[in-house]
Parts: sequence; C-alpha cells; structure tokens
Amino acid sequence: MRNVDKGSGVAVDPVRAGEQAAFEAIADALRRALSEGERYTAWLEGEASDFVRINRGKVRQAGHVEQRSLCVRLIRGARHAEHMLALTGDTSDDVQAAVSALAGLRTALPELADDPYLMLPDAVSDSSEEHGAALPASELVIERVLDAARGADLVGFYASGPVWRAFANSEGQRNWHAVSSFNFDWSLYHRADKAVKSMFAGLAWSDEALRARMDAAHERLALLSREPRSLEPGRYRAWIAPSAMEEVASLLRYGAFSGRALATKQSALSRLEAGESFDRRVTISEDFASGVAPRFQSDGFTRPARVPLIREGALAGSLVSPRTAREFGLAANGANPWEAPEALAMEGGTLDEADVPGALDRGLLIGNLWYLNYSDRNACRLTGMTRFATFWVEGGRIVAPVNVLRFDDSLYRMLGTNLVALSKTPELMLSPESYGSRRLTSVKLPGALVSEMAFTL
Amino acid sequence: MPFEGPLPPLDLAADFWSLRFVDETAEHYVVRKNVAQPLVVTSNRGVMATVYADGGLGYAATSDTSPAGLRAALERARDWARATAAHGLVDSRTLPRSAETGRYASPSFDAPLRSRREWYELLADESCSMAVDARIVDWECAIEVRVATHRWVSSAGGDVVQRFRFVMAGASATAHADGETQTRTLNGHRSICQQGADEILDRFGFAGAGRRVADEALELLLAPDCPSGTMDVLLAPDQMILQIHESIGHPLELDRILGDERNFAGTSFVTPDMFGSYRYGSELLNVTFDPGEPAELASYGWDDEGTPARKAYLIRNGILERGLGGAVSQARSGLPGVANARADGWNRPPIDRMANLNLEAGDAGFDALVGAIEHGVYMETNSSWSIDDSRNKFQFGCERARVIENGELRHVVKNPNYRGISADFWRSLALVGDDSTRQVLGTPYCGKGEPSQIIRCGHASPACVFRNVDVFGGDRA
Repeated sequence: MRNVDKGSGVAVDPVRAGEQAAFEAIADALRRALSEGERYTAWLEGEASDFVRINRGKVRQAGHVEQRSLCVRLIRGARHAEHMLALTGDTSDDVQAAVSALAGLRTALPELADDPYLMLPDAVSDSSEEHGAALPASELVIERVLDAARGADLVGFYASGPVWRAFANSEGQRNWHAVSSFNFDWSLYHRADKAVKSMFAGLAWSDEALRARMDAAHERLALLSREPRSLEPGRYRAWIAPSAMEEVASLLRYGAFSGRALATKQSALSRLEAGESFDRRVTISEDFASGVAPRFQSDGFTRPARVPLIREGALAGSLVSPRTAREFGLAANGANPWEAPEALAMEGGTLDEADVPGALDRGLLIGNLWYLNYSDRNACRLTGMTRFATFWVEGGRIVAPVNVLRFDDSLYRMLGTNLVALSKTPELMLSPESYGSRRLTSVKLPGALVSEMAFTL
Repeated sequence: MPFEGPLPPLDLAADFWSLRFVDETAEHYVVRKNVAQPLVVTSNRGVMATVYADGGLGYAATSDTSPAGLRAALERARDWARATAAHGLVDSRTLPRSAETGRYASPSFDAPLRSRREWYELLADESCSMAVDARIVDWECAIEVRVATHRWVSSAGGDVVQRFRFVMAGASATAHADGETQTRTLNGHRSICQQGADEILDRFGFAGAGRRVADEALELLLAPDCPSGTMDVLLAPDQMILQIHESIGHPLELDRILGDERNFAGTSFVTPDMFGSYRYGSELLNVTFDPGEPAELASYGWDDEGTPARKAYLIRNGILERGLGGAVSQARSGLPGVANARADGWNRPPIDRMANLNLEAGDAGFDALVGAIEHGVYMETNSSWSIDDSRNKFQFGCERARVIENGELRHVVKNPNYRGISADFWRSLALVGDDSTRQVLGTPYCGKGEPSQIIRCGHASPACVFRNVDVFGGDRA
C-alpha cells in the first residue's frame, strides 16, 4: 500500500528544492547499486544555518554552517550495518560517496551476526511537508535585536535557516520534511548571575513580537535590581514556570519514557508500573501535531499524531522504537532509536496565568531551573538549581530576587501529592539545542504550582 | 581532502584567515544482552573558514572542500566579519595571528588494531560473562575506535597537521529485583577513553571485567542505603574526574568568566581579580593543564587556533594561577591562559574548552587514604552530577560506596550522594593519593557553547580524601 500525505506547506525555498532533488538522485543511485537480496534505507539530516552569538550587547561570533549527513544502511537477510557520512552538497560527488559507502558496508556484512531485532516497515508510506517562509537576513535581525536591547547587557544566540530531514528505502518510500525557522534565545543581565531569560522562536519573524518580548524582559529585569534574598534550606511553596518545567522535561527525555528503559526497569518512571502515580491532573503525550518534528523516523516508520504516555497520573504508554518492539514484543509507535520524545506535551489545568502570583501567595516564583539530574532514579528524585529570574513572593507580590537554591525532591511528590494547580494554557517551546545540528524538537508545557518543594543547599 | 601539500590559491581581501580541516572516521561496536548490535560506521569531513576583516570576525563551515568550496567559505566568513564589525565585541585587529607549523600524532597511531571480528568476539565474551543471574536485566559492552586528522592552515603561514586515534570502551550491567534497580559500570559511561591502540584496554583490564561489573550490580541490589551526615569521603579517580571537571575546569574557563556562556552553560564564581592570589583549595591541591600526558584523551600539539600547547599549572599549592582560555580570551581579558581554543568538529567555531585537566598526585597510598578516615565513605564511579550556573553549589552521586570505620573499609552501600560548594570543598582536601592510586580517564561528552558542542576532555587524578562533607543516600519518603 502507498499513502501519500502532502502537508500544509508554503512555497518551496529554492535551496530546499535542490536538496530534495539531490536526495532523490542519491536514493535512485543506491537502489541501482543494490545486489540481489539486498535492501537499503537512507536517512538525511541537513541544515543551512546562520549562527550569531551575542555577549554584552555586541556580536561575539557570527557565521554560517552548511551541512548534510546521510546515514546509509545496507540489509541482507537479518544482517545489516550503517554508515553515516557527510555530504558535500555536490550531487555527483554525493551520489558517488553514498554508493561507495554502500559498497563498504557490503564487505562488512559477512563479518557480522544476524540481528534478531531487525524490523523494517512492511508498507510504503510517502510524505512531504514544508514549514516556514523566507526569513529576514540575519544581519538585519541582529541590528533589530541590538536596537531593542536598548544598551542592556544582552547575551544570547540567534540561529536561523532551513533544516531538513528525509528518508528513502529500496521499497521506494520517500519522506521529506523541511522547516525554515529561527530561534533567538537570550538573557538580559542585571549583574553576576541575576538575569531574565527569554526566547523568541518560530517560523515567521516579527519585529513587533521581538519588541514585546524584549519589553517584558526589561520590566522583569527592573525587579532584579532589588536586594536579593538568600533562603535557608527547607520546604517552600513554589510556582514552577513553563520554562522551568522544560528543564524537568529535558531530564525525563533521557530514558524516562523509553519502552526499552521501562522494560528493563531503568526508567525513572518505572514505579508507575508498580502502583506509584502522579496527580490525576497530569496527562502527558508525545504530540507530533504540536511541534515541528517530522512524522517519520529514521527507519522509515511513520508516527501517529499522538502517543499517550501519562494519562490522569498513570502510565499510559511509552515510546517504542522498532528495535525495542521486536525485542520485547511491543507495538512500535514511531519512536526514534533513543526513544526520546521529540514533541512532548502536557495538558494544562485550571489556573489562569494572571492569577499565578495570587495563587502562590507566599513562596518561590521559579522562572528557570538548571542542570537537573537524578539523586535517586528509582524514586524519580531529582536535584537541580534555580536559575535566572527566581523571586520570593509574599501576599501575591514579588518581594525580591532569590539567590540560587538547590532543590532535591521526588517528581512523584512535586506532580503528585504536592501539586496544587497547573496553568491553563501550556506554552509551546521550540528547542534551541544545537549539539552537532539544530533540533526539530519541542515541548508544550504548563506551569505547576506546588504546595511545597524541598530545597537543600 | 587537502590534508597534505599546498592548498589551491586562495586570494582573499582580508586581514587574516585560517582554514581548519577535520576528517574523522569511527566504528562503533556494541554487544547488548549477548546480541551484537548493528555495526555503525561514521565519517565526517569538512572545513571551517575563519576570517578577520575590518575589525570583525566571521566563520563559515562547509563539507565542500573543493577549491571553489574553500573560496566560497572564506568569502562567506569575510562577509560575516564585515557585516558584524560595527557591533563586534572583539576587535579582530588586536588578536594574535598564528604562523605555527608542526605535526602531532597519537601514541601507537600506526599500531595494528583488532579486526572487526575480534572486537565483536571480545565484546561477546564479556557480555556472556555478565549474564550471571536472572536479576541482571540489561547489560552491554561497547568499543568505539575513532581516527581523526586535523589540519589548520593560516594566511600568516601556519600549517599544523595532527593525527589522532581514540579508543573508547564501556561495560555496564543493570540489576533489578523487588522494585529496586541498580546499574554498575566499568569506570563510568565511556570514562575509559584514551589515545593509542589495544594497550588502552589492557590498562583498564577490560577483558575479564564483565563478571565483576555484573557481580557488583547484584551486590548493590542487596546493599543498604548510604548513611547520611557530615563525614569524610574518599573519592576514587572515576569520581574525582567529575569533581575536577565540574568544579575546577568549568569555573576556570575564561570565556565563562568573560560572560560568553551566561545565556547557556553559565557563568563562574571565579572573577578576574582572583588570579594570582585566590586560595582555591588546600595546600595539597595542584591542578595542571597538560596536553602532553601520553595517551590522555585530549593530548595534542596545538589548539584549534594554532597556539602551541604546553603544560601549565592552573592551581599550585592551592593558589589559583591561570585560567583555561585560548589566545582570543587571553587577549580579551589580559589574563594568563593556555592553548585550549577547541572545536568539536569542522562545523563549530573554537571556544575555550577543557582539554587534559589533571590533579597532580600526592604521596599517600590507598591504605593510607583509608586509614586516615575514622568515619566516612569511599565513593566510586560518577552516576549523577548537578551544579549551579556559577559552578559553585554542587551535588554529585556515585554508583557504589563502601563505609569506612576506624580506618578500614566495611560494607557496600548504594545510592551514595554528596553535596557542597566548590569554593569551600577544595579547601577540605586533606590527603592526595600517590601514583599507585592515579588513573588517566576522561569524558568524550563535555557540552558547552552556542552553537553547542560536545568535546573530548581528559582527566587524570589520584584518589583523594575530603573532610566533613555532607553525605546522603536514596529517597526514604
């Protein structure tokens, strides 16, 4: 069977049109290069990115990175191996390199054992999606950013340009996903470690939206000029803003929702399978409809619109890669090989954002958390720091910024027995992460009001 | 790929330019639960052009290394330099322009390695030895062999070629029973990582280690929780490297001190006025940047700005002497630094990174270290790390610990954690182990920078004793 999904897109950027044609040429060449009984898959990641780094309201480093990485996998029977190689952008050279990689893998296969967990799609499902429009030249954006900063101590990072993913296999499947986006991730500093962190990311640039966000950051920056307060270790009522919840989600990304980690009892959420639970208001899913991630993964499996993970506080599912599906007899659901969420979404609650200070009344308003890790993975006990704009609130009013504090508490308490409310409108945050390449991941999260949170240092 | 010989003519109207070619290939071998995982080969080639023009600084990276590709990258980098010169934080006309030439190669660079089949056989043997009990629910052995050639060429006549071969190995076993899961590894996640050949695995006793790793995972299942309280701790080298990395290495990076990382990796509690006088630790604390340590993961001859790399004391007898900053950061700050401007590949610009950051050995043997503790714990192998963005308030966890009472090692405990403040912690350093307790380890996974980079860092350390540390175990609620 063949399903064709033409996503809602915009006019194809000329650069990306050329990229798609080049990938098609590589896919055709790989098919022609196969010997009897062989199959292939090919996964492409590419980007043409402008990067501008800013410190103290001036440009620290600026440049452009153009890169394409092709992962060619050769399969013969139950044996397979893959070669990930950099492409040059010259189609002729790249076709030759891909075919050469295939030949190298052919010589490797006799040395390898059969793989009992190999799983490939049994149907062809094509797709093509393009998102985003032409963005203003990055040099102009930086001029506007520096202007909007009004001489403040601005430190941050602007990344923009097209990012693309593609899949092909010997059965003729073709998937294409391209996003032209920008991500401006910045802080305005008062002094030392006191700053307001902000983000403006999306598919269409807007000077007005930048100014609105910068004005809001300036307003909050003024609060940081008050004398900071150092709190003693103890338990405090706290509002965990969506941007702070993002750090919690980032930690959980590494294995907590993984089908393999749950099956081997290594997930931090394993106790959800043994009677532990979150509050009934906690519902989490992998929601591809909310983000910018492709609707296919690197083995060519398509992804459902939504994968339930936590429903009303209880474990409802996990991210299952094809390999894990075969190993543990589970149903694959389009997860990547690391079984890490790419579009994690948590449902909102009833607390209106405008009512947060009043609902908090007396406690910590945590704008950002930082450097989370497990202090007891079995108990899903997390530790981490407050960072950037975190304030002490009394009578529903901000009193003073707070010097950094270490928390150490179980997520089962924070989002369980101690959960007071979730904010009404979850916030979509496109990932600014750029390790190796720019990500197409996002989270959509509400803030959480908790009756107490344990701070230890 | 132009790694040897002259480059094509590259006339560019600019004050200075450099090209940094990177060619890295790797093979990843993994056996998990006695099943060989599919072979993964990676090859990554490209070039980074850096240009100083009109006082600005720009870069452009491409994997098109043809003459036309090089010219286009240089022109694009120059355009960025010009476009941002008016807003530049650094006047590139004030920066040094290296004309260094030379060659570097990893030890045993040309020595033969095992074949693919032999790597898989070694891993299969270890994997089989780990399947000792039904409570071992997951286990894995892995080897990565990576070969890299870096060439740095500058318009000032610089030309440096460096060839590296890295071998990185790991083994882990996860045990589970009665709602409890414990994981034990061989020196941590890929902490066994050096330059060289097969001898690297011999140094760590990789062959034959699988059974011990699995046994210790099972042992942890039955162990009581680590005691809580203020007590002395003896840290093994595979925890010391994390302690050094997070609470000495990062805070001493000059680009953090200059503020570049404040939006992402963070700032530093260290300020410029501290260099030369600040007491970072006790008299026993001696920390060096040492790119010449044979086989250590981040040994090299020149950094990625063409600065020759030499050993230097960062902290001597507890006093802070210099920071971790390359030529650009030194020029910006006026502070002493080292040759550590490094990029994790052709597609990222150099920034200040740790390389080999080592704690110099003392004179206490292991028995003397244990014997000096009346009440405390001996912690091994990092498993959790968290530290504030100024690199001060930290909390670290280990895989395994043993209680020490009256100078003797006692029973094993699980979930050991400790916390402290960098500025105080190193002053509680009471004993430093001798060479017999020292290990040369590292991490291939140090993250930092915008755009972000993951780079290789080497760390060598003996075991060390710290007094009056806040220690605690797992969750009791």
